[in-house]
Amino acid sequence: MSDTALDVTGWTCPAPLRDRPRVVMGHGGGGALSAELVEHLFAPAFGGEVLAGLGDSAAVTLGGARLAFSTDSYVVRPLFFPGGSIGDLAVNGTVNDLAMSGARAAYLSCGFILEEGVEMSVVARVAEALGAAARAAGVEVATGDTKVVEAGHGDGVYINTSGIGLIPEGVDLRAQRVVPGDVVIVSGEIGLHGVAIMSVREGLEFGVDVESDCAALGGLVQAMLAVTPDLHVLRDPTRGGLAASLNEIAAASGTGVVIQEGRVPVPEAVANACAILGLDPLYVANEGKLVAFVPREHADAVLDAMRAHPLGRRARVIGEAVDAHPGLVVARTGLGGTRVVDLPIGEQLPRIC
Amino acid sequence: MRYIDEFQDPELARRLLDDIHATVTRPWALMEVCGGQTHTIIRHGIDQLLPERVELIHGPGCPVCVTPLEVIDKALEIASRPNVIFCSFGDMLRVPGTGRDLFQVRSEGGDVRVVYSPLDALRIARQNPARQVVFFGIGFETTAPPNAMTVYQAKKLGIANFSLLVSHVRVPPAIEAIMRSPSCRVQGFLAAGHVCSVMGTGEYPGLAERHRVPIVVTGFEPLDILEGVRRAVHQLERGEHTVDNAYARAVRPEGNPAALAMLEDVFEVTDRAWRGIGIIPDSGWRLSARYREFDAEHRFSVTGIQTREPAECRSGEVLQGLLKPHECEAFGTLCTPRNPLGATMVSSEGACAAYYLYRRLELTPAPQAGTAAPLEASPVV
Repeated sequence: MSDTALDVTGWTCPAPLRDRPRVVMGHGGGGALSAELVEHLFAPAFGGEVLAGLGDSAAVTLGGARLAFSTDSYVVRPLFFPGGSIGDLAVNGTVNDLAMSGARAAYLSCGFILEEGVEMSVVARVAEALGAAARAAGVEVATGDTKVVEAGHGDGVYINTSGIGLIPEGVDLRAQRVVPGDVVIVSGEIGLHGVAIMSVREGLEFGVDVESDCAALGGLVQAMLAVTPDLHVLRDPTRGGLAASLNEIAAASGTGVVIQEGRVPVPEAVANACAILGLDPLYVANEGKLVAFVPREHADAVLDAMRAHPLGRRARVIGEAVDAHPGLVVARTGLGGTRVVDLPIGEQLPRIC
Repeated sequence: MRYIDEFQDPELARRLLDDIHATVTRPWALMEVCGGQTHTIIRHGIDQLLPERVELIHGPGCPVCVTPLEVIDKALEIASRPNVIFCSFGDMLRVPGTGRDLFQVRSEGGDVRVVYSPLDALRIARQNPARQVVFFGIGFETTAPPNAMTVYQAKKLGIANFSLLVSHVRVPPAIEAIMRSPSCRVQGFLAAGHVCSVMGTGEYPGLAERHRVPIVVTGFEPLDILEGVRRAVHQLERGEHTVDNAYARAVRPEGNPAALAMLEDVFEVTDRAWRGIGIIPDSGWRLSARYREFDAEHRFSVTGIQTREPAECRSGEVLQGLLKPHECEAFGTLCTPRNPLGATMVSSEGACAAYYLYRRLELTPAPQAGTAAPLEASPVV
């Protein structure tokens, strides 16, 4: 050990995770634990103004061009599921993160981490799915990397993708732009991806086949921006579901959010599965939906444009931003009561009975 | 949606509420026994819609909340052992023991697995004959029969590496204990429908008679709760105290004979400690002598457990209906779902968690600038 005296005055606590001396699964769940990890450990360690925005993708200016830049890693189990595969997810997830900045994704990088022993035919199927999804999304895989880890040190295939795209002139999508009176629109039925994954991972069957909604949202976003570039914020409610996205927006914008619970489109099979397991569909992951905060005067036109697009046919207004209860999301229940819709802590846990 | 939407119909709810409002002439305090009912009440805002004079007191019916700290510490100890696969329902993983929880044990290398049925744990035992597989058997009369069935199967199939860590509890002795408490304010009960679907209603007439309280067997959807409250209030206003089954679509007076036979075979009644309340005579089950070999407490020597309850936690009073969650000084400050002091804040069925998750708005006054916006007036809604 060095004899040099350590200057601790400039230190910030890297991890005030008092009760969590080790990483738990909830740190990757997209809820309060994930946010704490990023805000209190990663962000202080990395520094940088761009990162402080903490959006789905970063908006950066390079050589005069406004670029959206994003990365995501995919560790889904099983690798193939109803409605998609890890290959589709690895493209659509990153394309969607870019789309939430208003950007049309242009180039992706693709890093494969393969587990020793995984069948080559499986890798080939994943790669083909990834390529097909990229072509469908109009994005080119421009660079990549492959690593192999020892047997037992992975789940077959992990994928990391990063992507860049151009943000059109006049588009500035940030939670900070949300103001009371903005209308909250969701692009379709929620909870399909999470329930589809649960149904195959846990061997649960809910009487109806549920397919993941995995899809690239770039086209839908461009259709919305064609109506008006003045959308305030877009989010794709993946981990943590709609509840997490609404909470992030409420917290970052300092406005309250009110939703009508009965207006949130929940497919029957998702509602049934959630009822059985004691889960709340608002917290279940989606992979092909977005939530938009739109100035009231543009809401009808944006809604019409969304409904004219195949991925927005079931778009609905579910609520609005309000000046009451800043930072909180509140649901009006079907019976006329109200409840707070909180940020999930970690992962949702099925109830005992 | 069949079986869900029918029991959440706002128009029918309005009619039941109108009836309750028209019936009530003076204050009444009802206890819903089950945590699932508490969750429904708070999640749908039913307590906001009832007359002020009908108070709902939240009972000790959250299986996760009432599991004693000592048992959780035993679970943590067993789950930490290298050759053990510890299986549990999901919501037990986040319940704090003394200093840590099962998630933490998993992050330290323990093989802790979430299962959806005790039979999944038995399957894991068959697949891993060289390892010990333990299932955390907690809960009321609802979860006890499948757990009993699993032990029965393990014995029948000769699966020697399976065992059950048992902390099952029974509702009627808890009602008895609550009614005997000098500070008890409860004047009527909404009995837990799923408990009665297993046990039948035979244990309740004596309680209703002895303590002169109406007991209405009640389901879990919003209309079930309102119907339960309506029937209880009608009885109270008329000065009656009978057992009334408002959950006839699931509950028969004789219960479920097959489940009862399984309980009778595998378990025997015992005194049991309830977290925050203490020991209630005859309020639990343990494995009977014939199945003792499948008892994890016997198989693993987990003696010498030193528990340490947070001094600030008043969940015991919450569980007995003596204190509303937000009346606790630690509520929402020292104690949140993120950093729970007690199980009532961590379990999804716990009264404190329900209040924190759904009622924070009223409990922490919001700025008055504008009220909750009138969505109905929105041109696009």
